[in-house]
Amino acid sequence: MKARDVARMSLQALRRYPLRTAMMLLAIAIGVAAVVLLTAVGEGARRYVTGQFSSLGTELLIVLPGRADTAGGGIQGLLVGETARELTLDDTIAIMRSPRIRRVTPLVLGAGTASSGARERDITVLGTGAAMLEIQHWIMETGRFLPEGELDTAQPVCVLGFTVARELFPGQSPLGEWLRLGDARCRVLGVLSEQGLAGGFNVDETVITPVANAQQIFNTSAVFRILVEANDRDAVTAARRDILEIIKLRHAGEEDITVVTQDALVSTFDSIFNMITAGLAAIAAISLVVAGVLIMNVMLVAVSQRTGEIGLLKAVGARNGQILALFLTEAACLSLLGACFGIAFGAGGIWLMKILFPVLDFAAPLWASASAVGVAVASGLVFGILPARRAAALDPVNALMKR
Amino acid sequence: MMELSGICREYVVGAEIVHALDNVDLTIGEGEYVSIMGPSGSGKSTLLNVLGLLDRPTSGTYRLQGEDVSHLDDDSLAAHRQRHIGFIFQFFHLIPRLTALENVELPLVLAGEAPRARRERAAAILESVGLRARLDHRPDQLSGGERQRVAIGRALIMQPSYLLADEPTGNLDTRSGNEVMQILEQLNRGGIAVLIVTHDPAIGDRAKRHLKLRDGKIVGDVREPQP
Repeated sequence: MKARDVARMSLQALRRYPLRTAMMLLAIAIGVAAVVLLTAVGEGARRYVTGQFSSLGTELLIVLPGRADTAGGGIQGLLVGETARELTLDDTIAIMRSPRIRRVTPLVLGAGTASSGARERDITVLGTGAAMLEIQHWIMETGRFLPEGELDTAQPVCVLGFTVARELFPGQSPLGEWLRLGDARCRVLGVLSEQGLAGGFNVDETVITPVANAQQIFNTSAVFRILVEANDRDAVTAARRDILEIIKLRHAGEEDITVVTQDALVSTFDSIFNMITAGLAAIAAISLVVAGVLIMNVMLVAVSQRTGEIGLLKAVGARNGQILALFLTEAACLSLLGACFGIAFGAGGIWLMKILFPVLDFAAPLWASASAVGVAVASGLVFGILPARRAAALDPVNALMKR
Repeated sequence: MMELSGICREYVVGAEIVHALDNVDLTIGEGEYVSIMGPSGSGKSTLLNVLGLLDRPTSGTYRLQGEDVSHLDDDSLAAHRQRHIGFIFQFFHLIPRLTALENVELPLVLAGEAPRARRERAAAILESVGLRARLDHRPDQLSGGERQRVAIGRALIMQPSYLLADEPTGNLDTRSGNEVMQILEQLNRGGIAVLIVTHDPAIGDRAKRHLKLRDGKIVGDVREPQP
């Protein structure tokens, strides 16, 4: 018996019960579409998050106090009250000595209120240096950014985020105006253009002020983070080593800081989201196994409905293997066709989601679509085996007695 | 030649053993025209199934064309059926979704024949049973007599030596039944052995050899005198 004839006969059999075939196709299609859509959501989220971090620049290194692997000295540290040594402005200045580093800026962050006249608003105070503008690739709307100069000089000036400027100085230029920042006052030098979210931090709702000024406002000598920009991407690893050595020297030989590179951060998020996507795919794949059980059910019904036909096939010389092949092919055709519809539904769903949520770049990874089709066909075959074997094992005399 | 010796076929029904065939000895030669008659449950159909290799005897020896086929496996039996035997059933057993032509070529499809060749042969056979205009009709578009003629076409397509018919006219009116019988007799004159199981004496009497069964035994074996 030729393979083409096997396929043709299986399709003819499927066409004979259009409603049942359509229902089965739908069940499999929904399973495959679920895999496609869920992985598309996971992939969209991954692209969004990694995109956000990548926008900060890949030459960026972030220095934070404490060691990630032995934070705070572990259990012992907790018991004796030992905490990580703080980073200071002097640490920041010391890092600049590395020749592999182009720009350095400290970061002090805190919540505060800003007011101008009767208007008041909750804002984030960001204390930093002039290099921040370049490191973050920010663009000025009007005015200028923080002045170059010694980091430890607390000049009473500030730069406003876009939203802050619009809400505190509606319809007027804030340049040269005084802004009350907690108990301090500072003169507005400029306004940043609209930045939106970057790394989960809304720049539009911050007031940026020289780091020494922010330290006075929050009454601290510590620096929250130090942002470092290496000369280029290849220098990142060497720059990281330099930073660790410089700070170690300054911290009495203790390596008590963590340096996170942008690449590491992005790849961490990348792998987290890939795991989530794979998990979503696995959950959706369960529906394909359920569809497989449905296929088995339908094929068992088909075998008992077509018992007479199977008897006839045997009477005219069909081998058991041929009967098996016919029914397995029928199950495989069902699942393969269903999978094709599922891919189409999934593509339609992605198109719809892109219209509804244009921020996210939904896209089903190829491996997800391919394995969804693979799992669908495999479960069709696996669950088709039992009915097909039952058909092949029918006794021709008994089978022929059923019409 | 079909040679049965000491053939028994027993079924277990509940706690009872039913002897559907009880020590049957029988020889059927090439080109014979045999009717098998007897009351219900006498074993007529079982005999036909054993002869047609659809059923295996519980004991005894069956030689078909000289080969012992009593203990072959499923696939070997299928191969022998394909080569030697054509079946005609009371309820036609046509596949409803296939056209007359496709039903007739089915055995050739299973045998792996190329599409063009098998279509030509099937069309020629349908023409010979008077269904030239019905090639593309599905069974539900055909009358009972026409359906049985399609079934005869299917039985003939592998050029068997034996045609086994189980109540071939049982589901037909007298006129269609008569047409079917005429076709079978014409085939018999062409050299194919025809075995018919029937209740109807009018049909059974047309054969040249009459077997009578009762309780699984052959109780009568009468040949018409040769003209």
